[in-house]
Amino acid sequence: MTIALETQNLEKQFGGLRVTRDLSLKIEQGARHALIGPNGAGKTTVINQLTGVLKPNSGRILLEGQDITDLPVHKRVLRGLSRTFQINQLYPDLTPLETIGLAVSERLGHGGDWWRRMGTRSDVNGEIADLLSRFHLLDVMNEQTVTLPYGKQRLLEIAVAIAAKPRVLLLDEPAAGVPESERHDILAVVGSLPRDVTVLLIEHDMDLVFSFADRISVLVSGALLTEGPPEQVARDPQVKAVYLGEEAVNV
Amino acid sequence: MSAASDVGYHAQRQARWHYGEVAFWLVVLACGFVFPSRYLIMTDILRLALFAMSLDLILGYAGIVSLGHAAFFGVGAYAAGLLALHGIVNEPVLALVVAGLAAMVLGFATSFLVIRGVDLTRLMVTLGIALLLEALAERFSNITGGTDGLQGIEMQPILGAIPFDMFGKAGFFYSLTVLFLLFLFARRVVHSPFGLSLRAIKNNPLRAAAIGIPVNRRLIAIYTLAAFYAGIAGALFTQTTAIASLDVFAFERSADLMLVLVIGGTGYLYGGLIGAVIFRMLQELFSTITPQYWQFWIGLVLVVIVLVGRQRLHRWVLYVPNLVIKQVAGRKAVVAVPESDA
Repeated sequence: MTIALETQNLEKQFGGLRVTRDLSLKIEQGARHALIGPNGAGKTTVINQLTGVLKPNSGRILLEGQDITDLPVHKRVLRGLSRTFQINQLYPDLTPLETIGLAVSERLGHGGDWWRRMGTRSDVNGEIADLLSRFHLLDVMNEQTVTLPYGKQRLLEIAVAIAAKPRVLLLDEPAAGVPESERHDILAVVGSLPRDVTVLLIEHDMDLVFSFADRISVLVSGALLTEGPPEQVARDPQVKAVYLGEEAVNV
Repeated sequence: MSAASDVGYHAQRQARWHYGEVAFWLVVLACGFVFPSRYLIMTDILRLALFAMSLDLILGYAGIVSLGHAAFFGVGAYAAGLLALHGIVNEPVLALVVAGLAAMVLGFATSFLVIRGVDLTRLMVTLGIALLLEALAERFSNITGGTDGLQGIEMQPILGAIPFDMFGKAGFFYSLTVLFLLFLFARRVVHSPFGLSLRAIKNNPLRAAAIGIPVNRRLIAIYTLAAFYAGIAGALFTQTTAIASLDVFAFERSADLMLVLVIGGTGYLYGGLIGAVIFRMLQELFSTITPQYWQFWIGLVLVVIVLVGRQRLHRWVLYVPNLVIKQVAGRKAVVAVPESDA
């Protein structure tokens, strides 16, 4: 099995605080890998280092065997690493059509076109239409994003990440804050991602994690506590202790 | 209609010409024939409009604030003046382009200072650059004429055929042509994927980078282009007035430009044009009523605009025209000034 994404001895400190401690992760190609851990375990910090928003103090990050530790954010995206955000990061004034159109244009290398008008490339239009319908956004494609209901915004958040056609997709709490009635759409979309896309899921919701993941890594205080298939992690007394707040771990 | 062509149709919605836009430009053109005695002030408005459009490109689209946009105006103005004074480039149109390119080079060089940092840093850096250039222009008075400015500039006929006349007619139509061509170009650019990516960066730079947009490179590009526009505006100033003095770099010039955009609105290209007209008219009006304290009234208008909100003002202003259209044409109100739209 080939490794899609790997960290080697990743280390990140904020002042004196070690938020990522000697973290070595291997995520296999096509895996549905979940990264879980209690609040403040440093999950989002790991994502931010993987995507290039934060620079690790030491250690390396490899995407499909190539060192991307020093690449800026946008270059990692073009190499096939894309993400969603825990809190929606969208363009309030832009419409879903424009938002997705831009992501598709950038991926196909048309993003720097300053003369040709938006909407005049049929290949781009086709992909936009496809994504809008897959994510149930066709009916609101001309509305300003800021006016959309939260569930639709969440779908758009994921659609934008998919528009970059990632080979590795990082989902940071995709269902966070979504009302029960709109949850189903999100879960269906996440569940129907093509198998050749490697997914790293950061999630609090244990139902979602155990129904989705085929491998789970548990992060505690920035360090890897344990890793394995879901049933093994579920039985692990250390994990139970962390999540249930039990004091004695090695009973 | 298939979904894809539907998407294409809607994606180009804003790029299509509206009737209101055509009407706008026809009115501007008509002004050139209706008010033959007012060429000088109208030319002044056109220059200001072009200058404001330049700021709109970086402020309204890319979200870069600047308090020193006069730096590029000034470089364009002095470049055009020196080219004409020393007979380096005699033909005005060519000199205009050369002066614009000079400002563009400065824009490119300083863009690296401006793209880093947040709004406050940007305000200070842009302000600093303009002050710096003003001081340099004063120091090297052997080139710039110092506080006296460049004197004795004689402009050659435009394209070797149309001489500048004393009533400013040639200057007006020359400025209008330049403004319109540069407007067309800007309009094309803002409706391209590049232009859209600028709006994305303004909205959310973090996400912009996360979909693969090279944020810094895009900001450098638009800043450089805006500098070119401002340089052209400055060069038009020198060419139509035959003077270039230190006040082209003045802080007031940069600050006025902000007022123009606050009045006209940002991010739809017409804001600078409409704002320039209203700003100059108000200035004229108030200075006839009260020559000494006109700035008081300008200040008051500004406060009202910011507090009441431009959109609401537009609705009030357009209330009567829309009522007439509804009664006469029997259709829904169509006259509206788009805000972040169009």
